[in-house]
Amino acid sequence: MSDGMTVLFALGVMAAAVGGAAVLTWFERRLLGVWQDRYGPNRLGPFGILQVAADMIKLLTKHDWVPPFADRVVFIFAPTAIVVAMLMGFAVIPFGPDLHIIDVNIGLLFFLGMTSLAVYSVLLGGLASNNKYALLGGLRSAAQMVSYEVFMGLSLMGVVMLSGSFSLQDIVAAQRDMWFCIPQFLGLFVFLIAGIAESHRLPFDLPEAEHELTAGFHTEYGGMKFAMFMLGEYLGLILISAMIVTLFFGGWLGPWLPPIVWFGIKTFFVICFFILLRAAIPRPRYDQLMSLGWKVMLPITLINLVATGAIALWMHDGGAMT
Amino acid sequence: MEVILFYISAFIALFTTVFALTRTNAAHALIYLIISLLAVAVIFFLLGAPFAAALEVVIYAGAIMVLFVFVIMMLNLGEAGVERERQRLNPKIWILPAILSGVLLIELLLVISKLEAPATGTLIGAKQVGLTLFGPYVLAVEIASMLLLAGLVGAYHVGRRFRLRATDDDATEAPLTTEISTEIQKEVSQ
Amino acid sequence: MMQLWESFWSQIRTIWRVLKHTFTKAETVQYPEQKPYLAPRYRGRIVLTKDPDGDERCVACNLCAAACPPDCIALQQGTREDGRWYPEFFRINFSRCIMCGLCEEACPTNAIQLIPDFEMCEYDRQNMVYEKEHLMIDGTGKYHDYNFYRVAGMAIEGKDKGEAENEAPPIDVRSLLP
Repeated sequence: MSDGMTVLFALGVMAAAVGGAAVLTWFERRLLGVWQDRYGPNRLGPFGILQVAADMIKLLTKHDWVPPFADRVVFIFAPTAIVVAMLMGFAVIPFGPDLHIIDVNIGLLFFLGMTSLAVYSVLLGGLASNNKYALLGGLRSAAQMVSYEVFMGLSLMGVVMLSGSFSLQDIVAAQRDMWFCIPQFLGLFVFLIAGIAESHRLPFDLPEAEHELTAGFHTEYGGMKFAMFMLGEYLGLILISAMIVTLFFGGWLGPWLPPIVWFGIKTFFVICFFILLRAAIPRPRYDQLMSLGWKVMLPITLINLVATGAIALWMHDGGAMT
Repeated sequence: MEVILFYISAFIALFTTVFALTRTNAAHALIYLIISLLAVAVIFFLLGAPFAAALEVVIYAGAIMVLFVFVIMMLNLGEAGVERERQRLNPKIWILPAILSGVLLIELLLVISKLEAPATGTLIGAKQVGLTLFGPYVLAVEIASMLLLAGLVGAYHVGRRFRLRATDDDATEAPLTTEISTEIQKEVSQ
Repeated sequence: MMQLWESFWSQIRTIWRVLKHTFTKAETVQYPEQKPYLAPRYRGRIVLTKDPDGDERCVACNLCAAACPPDCIALQQGTREDGRWYPEFFRINFSRCIMCGLCEEACPTNAIQLIPDFEMCEYDRQNMVYEKEHLMIDGTGKYHDYNFYRVAGMAIEGKDKGEAENEAPPIDVRSLLP
C-alpha cells in the first residue's frame, strides 16, 4: 500500500473502531437482554439501534463539569489516554493478507505496550479525582493491571515460540496448518482472562465495582469525559477480541470468504463470548482476583511456556526457535 | 525525516525530564517522567532498536511507573507534600549536583566530538537481542535472574501471612486463631 | 487441586447454562402496548361512588382519613337541607397515596373504592392532588345495590327513624307498655 492509502486505511480503521465501540454499547445491552430473558433497549429505531445516537446526544449535551477539588489538568488528560492508547493498539492488527496499517517486527510487543499504557488513564483518573472511591478504584486497577500484564505477556510467548516472530502477520501466516488455539489452549485460556482483566471488563471490573465503589475511578466523571472512558473500555474489548482472533484463531485465515470478512466474523464471536462471560460470572473479591492471578494463572503460564518450548525443540529440532 | 523526528523526541525527552525534576506535585512529576520515557522509546526506535523501544514502553512506562503512581496514591500527599518539595528546590541543595553533572556533560560532549558516525543504522531486532543475551552474556543473565529470585523470595517472606499457633490453653484467643489457621489450611490445601 | 478444578468447572457450567438462555423467550411485558391483566379488585386509583339512586354515598365520617397511613385524604363534613351528610370538600393527594386500600376497608358506606387503574402521570406535582369533582364517578362501583341511607337508622327527609330496611320502629322509652 502507498503512504496515502495507508493513512486513509488508518482513518478508516479508527472510524470503524470508534463506530464499532459505539454500536457495541447497544449490542451488549441487547445481548445481555437475550441471556437474561429480557429485551434490552428496543424502543428507538429498528431493534433499538438508535439508542446509540440517543446516548451520544445525551452525553454530548451534558454539562462538562470538573470538580473544584480535582487536579484539573490531569483530570482532563486522563480519559484521552485510554482512547489514544487503545486506538494505537489497532495499528498492528492484520485485517487481511496485505491489509494492515503497520507490520513491524515487534507488533506483539507494541500491542502489549499500548495496553499497558492504557492503565494510566484509569490510574490518573482515579488519582486526579481526589475522591476516596476513585482513589480505591485507581489503586485496584494499578495492582490488577500490573499483575495481569505479567501473565498476558508470558501467555503470548508460547505463540511467539511456535511462530518464531513478534510480527502479527507472521503469526497469522504460521497458523495456516493449525490454529494456535489447539496447541496453545493454556495460553489462550490465560490470555482470555488476562485480557478481560486488562480491559477491566466484567467479571474483573474491580476498578469500577459499582456495588462497592459507586463507580470506582470514574466516580467524578460525567458527560463527554465519562464517554471517553466508556469508549476506551469498548475499544479495549474490540482490541482484545481482535488480538485473540489474530493470535489463536488464525486471524484472517479461512476458506471461501474474503479474509476481512473472516476476521470480522471471528472477532464478533469472541466479543459475544466476552459479553457471555459478563452475563454469566459474578465479580470476584479483590483478594480472590489476586490469588487467582498469582497462584493459578502464573503456574499455568509457566507450565505452558516450558512445555511449549520443550515440544517446539523436540518437534522441529530447534527449527522454530532460531 | 528521521533526524527531525529524533530532534523532536530528544527535545521532548529533555524538556519533560527537566519538568519531572522541578514539579512540586509528585503526580505531575511522574506524568512528565512517563512522557520522558516514551520519548526515549521513540529515540530507541529511530536508532534501529525496536525491541529495546518496545521493552522500554512495556516495562518502564507500562509497569514500573505504574508502581510509582501506585505508591504516590498510597502516600496521600497533599498540600504539605507540595510545600516540602518546594523547599527542596532551593539552590543550596541542587547547586553541587548541578556542577557535578555539568562536568559530566562537558566530558560527554568531548567524547562525542571525537567519535565519528555515531549511529550504526543496523536494525537490532528481538532475535539479535536474544542471541546476545543467551550467548556471550548468559552469565550476566543468570546472575540477574538469581537476584530477581532472591527479591521474589524476600518479597514473599515480607508479605506472607503469619501463622498463629492455636493452643488449647489459650482460651481467649482460641476462636480467632482456629479460624485463621483453618483458613490458612484451606489455602494450603488449594 | 480438586477444589480448584471444581470451582473452574462450576464457572464453565454457569456459562453453559446462561448460553442456553439464548433460546428462551423473554419474560418482559412490553407495557404500553401490552397491558397486563388487572383483577377487578386490583387496588389502584381511588374513586368516590354514588348509591343506586344517584346520590353521593360519602357521609364524610372521616374514617378513611383516620385510617390512611400516609395521611393523604382530607375532607370536611357538611349537612344538606334534607338531613344527609356530605363532604364539603374531599381531597386526595395521590402523590402521597400508597394504594393500600385501608380507606376502602374503613368506609362504612362503600363510598370510597379503589379501581384497577394506576396510570396517573403528571408533569406538575400539583396535578396529582384530586378534588371531589375529579374523584366522583357516576356509578355504584363494586357494590351495586348498597344504599347507606336505606339501611341506616338515621332520619333524613322522606325517611324517618324506623323506616329503613330490616329496621324495627323506634321504641318509645317513656311508655310503660311492653
